[in-house]
Amino acid sequence: MSRRGPLVGEFFMNGDIACAEGGISAGCRFFAGYPITPATEVAERMSSRLPEVGGIYIQMEDELASMNAILGASWAGVKAMTATSGPGFSLMMENLGLGIMLETPCVLVNIQRAGPSTGLPTLTGQGDMMQARWGSHGCYGIIALSPTSPQECYQHTIKAFNLSEKYRIPVLVMADEIVGHMGEKVVIPPPEDIPLTPRRKPTVSPEEYLPYKPDADLIPPMANAGEGYRFHVTGLTHDERGYPVMTAEAQDRLVRRLVDKIEKNKADIIEIEEDGIDGADVVVCSYGISARVSQFAVERARDEGIKVGMLRLVTVWPFPEETIRKIAKRIKAFVVPEINCGQIALEVERCAGGAANTILVPHMGGSAHRPETIIDAIRRAVR
Amino acid sequence: MKRDEIILGGFGGQGIILAGYIMGKGASLFDKKHATHIQDYGPEARGGACRTEVVISDSRISYPYIDNPSILAVMSQEAYTKYSPRMRQDTVLLIDENLVKPKRRKHNRLFAIPATRIAQELGRTAVANVVMLGFITAVTKVVSVEAMKQAVLESVPKGTEELNMKAFDRGYSYGLEKLKTAEGEGK
Repeated sequence: MSRRGPLVGEFFMNGDIACAEGGISAGCRFFAGYPITPATEVAERMSSRLPEVGGIYIQMEDELASMNAILGASWAGVKAMTATSGPGFSLMMENLGLGIMLETPCVLVNIQRAGPSTGLPTLTGQGDMMQARWGSHGCYGIIALSPTSPQECYQHTIKAFNLSEKYRIPVLVMADEIVGHMGEKVVIPPPEDIPLTPRRKPTVSPEEYLPYKPDADLIPPMANAGEGYRFHVTGLTHDERGYPVMTAEAQDRLVRRLVDKIEKNKADIIEIEEDGIDGADVVVCSYGISARVSQFAVERARDEGIKVGMLRLVTVWPFPEETIRKIAKRIKAFVVPEINCGQIALEVERCAGGAANTILVPHMGGSAHRPETIIDAIRRAVR
Repeated sequence: MKRDEIILGGFGGQGIILAGYIMGKGASLFDKKHATHIQDYGPEARGGACRTEVVISDSRISYPYIDNPSILAVMSQEAYTKYSPRMRQDTVLLIDENLVKPKRRKHNRLFAIPATRIAQELGRTAVANVVMLGFITAVTKVVSVEAMKQAVLESVPKGTEELNMKAFDRGYSYGLEKLKTAEGEGK
């Protein structure tokens, strides 16, 4: 068997394959998944690449098992990921919650297709954005990224691994079918130029170690199973020892921290791109493939003399509330194109708090927006 | 800004999407231009309509879709019927004449090649897409011949390089001949 390490150089590849290569570059050495269009190519690539780099690929019986397997791998000390779409994402929700409760670093790639149910397996959608935020039961913080190109699929997967290790949380890469199946140039730097976040290990002796005792930034160091430290995890509400405690006080302490470790570190996590927002009357806020179509529309609208800015959400969760709040005070309206019937638009509207209008440009899925639809909305917004 | 917009259409199993991928790869990696390749197919394993769109540009491509292609290459009657109404006045239309019967009077820049028959002569129907790529390269020059050949070599299964190069060369020389004899057959 030929053995190759991470790729280096320029490649023409689609977003799915770029997610897989991003995983390899980030040090992912375990993938458990169940193939599903349009995410199959991620699994396919991993099935051939992981053995080349000394990793393990397992095709599981379903998505519930896939999500659980990567949690187990992560606890054994291996960086792990899975990829899915549509119904598979729904099936992963329960164990995504387990990963959040157990504070388990791992990466879940969702190449979104149009739903509900089986929907349009081969065609695009962005209908899982709220599911990414709230899809598992209970309260929690979450991190989700939204790539717009194969190059970003590669980079975001690495970023997702780094954030997952830093904040001990499953991180979602919320791509979509167009980006996943789109071929473009991907530049892969040499491994020494890719910063990787190592797992935070305990600094105390095994006798003193409390598996869920956080450092000052609310993140607990993590001992892998088999390293000599006591190992106990449970989905039940637990104390710093990791043992179940069935009280409102323990629940408050734990869940508040699960929320706060993301909330209080938002400034470090959130990444946005702004273009021409100063002096704009209207700002188009979008993400993923819709952000690319929006950018095209924004440039056409500027040709007409409209003062329009662009705000692209690189991370969608946690949501850049402060940014929206500040911009809202200076503009007439936000225009929010997304391939669903209004999910992120609700967040924008909430944060704008009435200071600016929010105009949703919905799309039920199956393709990207027509640029004219977005240009029309921009024209309406300045009126 | 120069922006070439190519739609390739046919049915599943002909290698239409691979052909688009090869074209995008050639333009991007070897001609050093910006290129975006998108694909569109149905849930059928094979036989369903499929299409690929390639945008090649000197500048960054934000919108990857094509309304009115500058080049349309079709390898099925269904694809011809579906996409030919989207042609512009100056769109170059390329067809596999074994599979597509065009309304000739309607097109002033039509180039036809028996791509599937040539592929059969070479012993593998599967290389018809690469014959077509050679033909497109010769007629439209949208990607340089060196870049396209390199992209074909790097994209086809190991052990089939020689056959694919033969297929490309056959399509390419057929295209050069066509260019010599006529600007377009419709005239």
